[in-house]
Amino acid sequence: MFDSSFSQIVFGRLTLESLPIHEPILVVTFIVVAVLGTALLAAITWFRWWGYLWHEWFTSVDHKRIGVMYMVLGIVMLLRGFADAIMMRLQQALAFNGSEGYLPPHHYDQIFTAHGVIMIFFVAMPLVTGLMNFVVPLQIGARDVAFPFLNNFSFWMTTAGALLIMASLFIGEFAKTGWLAYPPLSGIEYSPDVGVDYWIWGLQIAGVGTTLSGINLIATIVKMRAPGMTMMKMPVFTWTSLCTNVLIVAAFPVLTAVLVLLTLDRYLGMNFFTSGFGGNPMMYVNLIWIWGHPEVYILILPAFGVFSEVAATFSGKRLFGYTSMVYATIVITILSYLVWLHHFFTMGSGASVNSFFGITTMIISIPTGAKLFNWLFTMYRGRIRFEEPMMWTVAFMLTFVIGGMTGVMLAVPPADFVLHNSLFLVAHFHNVIIGGVVFGMFAGISYWFPKAFGFKLDPFWGKVSFWFWVVGFYVAFMPLYLLGFMGVTRRLRQFDDPSLQIWFVIAGFGAFLIAIGIAAFLVQIFVSIRNRKALADLTGDPWDGRTLEWSTSSPPPAYNFAFTPVVRDNDAWWDMKRNGYARPLEGFRPIVMPRNTGAGVVLAGLSLVLGFALVWYIWWLAALCFVSLLIVAIGHTFNYNRTADFPAKTIADTEAERTRLLADAGVAS
Amino acid sequence: MKLLADKRYLCRDIPPRDMPSYVVAEENCAMSLGWRNRSGGLDVRPVFSEVGTLSRFRLPFLGLPALLLIGGCDPVVLAPAGDIAMQQRDILLQSVVLMLLIIVPVMVATVIFAWRYRKARKARYEPDWDHSMHLELMIWSAPLLIIVCLGAITWAGTHLLDPFRPLDRISRHTRVTEEHKPLVVNVVALDWKWLFIYPEYGVASVNELVAPVDRPIDFRITSSAVMNSFYVPALAGMIYAMPGMQTQLHAVINKPGAYKGFSANYSGAGFSGMRFAFHGTSDGDFDKWVDAARQGSDTLDRATYLDLERPSENVPVRHFSSVDPDLFEAIVNMCVDSSKMCMNDMMAIDADGGLGIAGARNTLPVSADSRRGPGAVFGPQPSYVGSIICTTDNPSGLVASDLPRPGVPPIDAEFNRPLLQTSTAASADQSDS
Repeated sequence: MFDSSFSQIVFGRLTLESLPIHEPILVVTFIVVAVLGTALLAAITWFRWWGYLWHEWFTSVDHKRIGVMYMVLGIVMLLRGFADAIMMRLQQALAFNGSEGYLPPHHYDQIFTAHGVIMIFFVAMPLVTGLMNFVVPLQIGARDVAFPFLNNFSFWMTTAGALLIMASLFIGEFAKTGWLAYPPLSGIEYSPDVGVDYWIWGLQIAGVGTTLSGINLIATIVKMRAPGMTMMKMPVFTWTSLCTNVLIVAAFPVLTAVLVLLTLDRYLGMNFFTSGFGGNPMMYVNLIWIWGHPEVYILILPAFGVFSEVAATFSGKRLFGYTSMVYATIVITILSYLVWLHHFFTMGSGASVNSFFGITTMIISIPTGAKLFNWLFTMYRGRIRFEEPMMWTVAFMLTFVIGGMTGVMLAVPPADFVLHNSLFLVAHFHNVIIGGVVFGMFAGISYWFPKAFGFKLDPFWGKVSFWFWVVGFYVAFMPLYLLGFMGVTRRLRQFDDPSLQIWFVIAGFGAFLIAIGIAAFLVQIFVSIRNRKALADLTGDPWDGRTLEWSTSSPPPAYNFAFTPVVRDNDAWWDMKRNGYARPLEGFRPIVMPRNTGAGVVLAGLSLVLGFALVWYIWWLAALCFVSLLIVAIGHTFNYNRTADFPAKTIADTEAERTRLLADAGVAS
Repeated sequence: MKLLADKRYLCRDIPPRDMPSYVVAEENCAMSLGWRNRSGGLDVRPVFSEVGTLSRFRLPFLGLPALLLIGGCDPVVLAPAGDIAMQQRDILLQSVVLMLLIIVPVMVATVIFAWRYRKARKARYEPDWDHSMHLELMIWSAPLLIIVCLGAITWAGTHLLDPFRPLDRISRHTRVTEEHKPLVVNVVALDWKWLFIYPEYGVASVNELVAPVDRPIDFRITSSAVMNSFYVPALAGMIYAMPGMQTQLHAVINKPGAYKGFSANYSGAGFSGMRFAFHGTSDGDFDKWVDAARQGSDTLDRATYLDLERPSENVPVRHFSSVDPDLFEAIVNMCVDSSKMCMNDMMAIDADGGLGIAGARNTLPVSADSRRGPGAVFGPQPSYVGSIICTTDNPSGLVASDLPRPGVPPIDAEFNRPLLQTSTAASADQSDS
C-alpha cells in the first residue's frame, strides 16, 4: 500500500504540491529555463563538447581555468539576480493607488530575499574569487595555487550552493525573510516552510568552498611568491587579495557557526534565538553581522586592488604611495571587525556603544580616503589612456565617494535613526557595491580578459555597456536616496502615497538602462569572440603592463612561467622591460604540474544532493550522501597518481611557438 | 472625530521658518574641540549646550529641500515636525557639510586630472614620481581632521539624542519643566498592526496614535512575535520592537497634523499594510479623542488581546474603552496567557540558580489552535514554560501543570511537586556539604 507514511519516508516533505504549478510566472520561467537548458545540453552533445568540457574544464585544477569558471558562474547568476531586481522594480512601480501590483506577498518576499542572497553570495563572491584565482598566481610568478585540487573542489562547492538556491525556484520555495534571515521570523515557528532551509544549506555548502579557497589563496600568497618578491614588493592586487582572504578565513566560520545554531533551532527545537526559552534573537543579529560587515570588505578590497593596477597601468606611471596603499588596506582589514554594530544602532544599544561603533566606522573612511587620493595622484602627471578599464576606474572614483559619504552619514547614529532600513540605505549599499565592486569587476574583466583568452574585448560594445551601466546606476538609485528622505522604508510591496510613484517609475527606468548595459556586455563578449583574430593579443602584454602576469603569453601556458622570474621591484615586469630583460630561449627543464581530477565534482554533487535531502527531510538520502561523501573524500586521499609531467621538449616547443608569435607582432623576444 | 477622517496623508507645506538650518561646520567643530581642551575629557554636556545654541549660526538653507519641493515630494526626514527628528536632521546635515569639504575637492580633482593628463594632451609626464611626504601627510591628515570633528559631533549627538534619554527640551526655545508630564504610550507591534495603550487614560487603539502637541511622549515599545521597527519619520528616529524585550523612545511633536507611522523592519507577509496614522493635536482635541475612545464598547483584556494578536492584514482603526492595567507588562514578559511563566520571573529564578531538572520539565505543550507551525522535525513538541502560580492557599507556588487544565495531558508524576520546595531543598543540601 502506497500510503502517506511510506511516501513520507521516501520523499520526506516533498510532495506534488511542492511544485509551484499554480503560479503562472514560475511556470513560464520554468518552461523558458527548460527549453534553453535542453537546447544548451543538446548543443553540447551535438558538437561533442562533453569530453572537452569534462577533461579540460570541469576536472581542471589549473587556477586559470577555475578562475574563468568562477567568472562564468558569477555572470550567469548575475542574470538571475538581475531578473529578480527588475521584477521588484516593476512591482514597486505598479503597486500604487490601491493596486496590488502583480506579485503576491508570498512571491515578492521570496524575490527580494533571493536578490540579496544571489547578488552577494553567487555573483559578487564568485566574481571576486574568480579574479583572485586567475590573477594572483600569475602576479606572484607562481605556477598554480598552493592546493590545486582544493581549488577545484572549492569552485564546485560554490556552484553546488548556487544550484541548490536555484532549485528552490522550481521545487518548493525560497526564504521569505530578507537576505540575512533574522529570527524569530526565520525560526521554525514563523517560517515552517522549506525556504529558510534552502537558504541555510545553500550558504553552508557554498561557505565550505569560500573558506577553503580563502585558505588556499593565503597559503599561495604567503608561500609561493617568486624569489625577490618580498611582502612590500607584492603588487597591490595581491595585497588586497591577501587581506580579503584573511578576512574570509576569519569571518566565514562565524557565518557557518550562526547557520549551525539556526539549523539546531529549526531541526532539533533548540532555542538559541527564541525568546521564550531564554534564547535571544539579538544574539543572531550580532553574530550574522560579525560575519556580514567583514563580508563587505571581502568584496570591495579586491576591487580596490583592480583599480590600483588599472590606474597605474593606464596612467603609465608608478602607483602613487604604494606603502600607504598597503597600510591602508591592512588598517581597513583590521577595522572591518570593529564596526558590525552599526547595522543595528536602532535596536536599543546604549549611547556609548552606538557612539563607539559609529566612530570606528567613520575611522574606516580615513584609509579609504587615503586610497582614493593615491589613485588621484597616480593619475597626476601621468599619461592616461582611456581604455575601458580606465573608464570604469574614473567612474568608480566619482561614484564611490558619494557612496562613501552616504555611508558615513549612516554611521552617525542620530542620522541612522532616521535613515535606517530606508530606501536611502538601499541606495547607499548599491552605491558602494555597484559603484565599487561591480565597476571593479568590469574593470578587472576588461583588463585581464586578453590575458585569459589571447584577445581583447571589443571596445565599442564595452563603451556601450559602460555608459548604460553608469547612467543606469544613477537613474536607478538617486531616486532611492530621495525616497529615503521621504521616509520610505525598504521591502514594501505596496504603497499608499501616490506622490511617490513617479520616483519608483524613474528607478525602474534606471534598472532598464542597466539591463541594456548587461545585454551590451554579453554582446561584447559574443562580438569579441567572433572578431578574435582582429582583437588578438600576440605579445602577452597588450596594455604595456607593469606586473608579472604580462610577462608571459596570452593565454599563459598551463605552467604559467617556463622559468620562475626573479623580482627586483614592485612593478616587476615594468622593471624587467626597462632594464632590457631577454626572454630565455633554451635550457628548459621538465615541469611537474598537478593532474586533473573529477573528485571535486563528485564531492560537490554529493553535497548538493545532501543539502537537498536535508531541506526536504529525506533522511535516508541524506545519510546515504553523507556516507558517500566520507568514502569519496577518503578514497581520494589514496589517489597517488596526481601529477602531470611537462617534459623539456614540450616546453621548448611551446616557448618556440611564443617566440614566433612575438616575431609576428614585431616585438623582439 | 472629523479630525481623524480628513487629515490623513495629505502633502504638507513646509513653512520657511522650519527650513533646515545648520551651523557652519568648522565653527561647530572648533567649539567641541575647544571645549575638549578646557576640560580634558569627553563629557557630553557642554557640547550639548552648544548644539542647543546652534541657532546663533543659522544660515538660510535653501538647497536640497527646496529642490525636492519642486519635484512635488515631501522630504519628511529633512523637514520633520518633531523636535527630536529636527535635531537628528540637523546632525545629518552637519555631517554632510563636513564631508563635502573633502568630497567636493576630490571629485573636482578627479575630473580635472582625468582631463588634464589624458594621453592626447601630452601634459607633463613623470612616470617614476610615486611619493611625496607632503602629499602623504595631507591625504592622511585631511580625512583624519574631518573624522575628528565628525566623531565629536557623533559622540555628543548620540548621547543627546539617545532614544532612552528623557527629553530636556520641547523645542529649540522651550525647555522641559516640572509642568510637562510625559504622556506614556505603550506600543506593541503585532502581526501586522500596531497596538497603542495609554495607561494614564486606560484606553487603547489599533493603528491610530494620537498625542497632544508639545507634550513629551514616552513610548515603551515591544513586539508580540517577530521583529518590527517603530517609526514616525515626522516625529523622531526609529527604534526596534522586539519580542520579550522593551525599547524606549522619548519624543515630542511640535506641530499639529496627521503624520505617517509604519514598521521599518520587514516582518512577514502583511508588512506593507502595517501602517498607522499619527495625529498631533491640541490638548483639547486629545481629550476629546480620549473621551470618544472611552465611549466605545470594546475592552482590552487578556482574552481580547490573545485574539487580537493573531495574524491579520490591513487592519482598520479600532478603539478600546478600557485596558487591563497589567496587560503591557504581561506582553513584554510574554505571559498574557497566564499559564505561561513570565520572562521576568524566569530570569529571576535563573539568576537565583535555576530550578534544575524540575525547571526543565516544567513545560506545557502549545495548544494546537494557537500554534503557528508544526515545530522542529526532531525537536520536542512546541511548548512553553509553565507559570508558577502563587496563591494565598499555596504561597510557595505550584507548577502550573499541577492544576487541572482541560485538554492537556498530565505531566510525569515524578516531577509533580511544588517547585520552590525542590529548589530550597537543593540549596539546603549544598549548604550542608
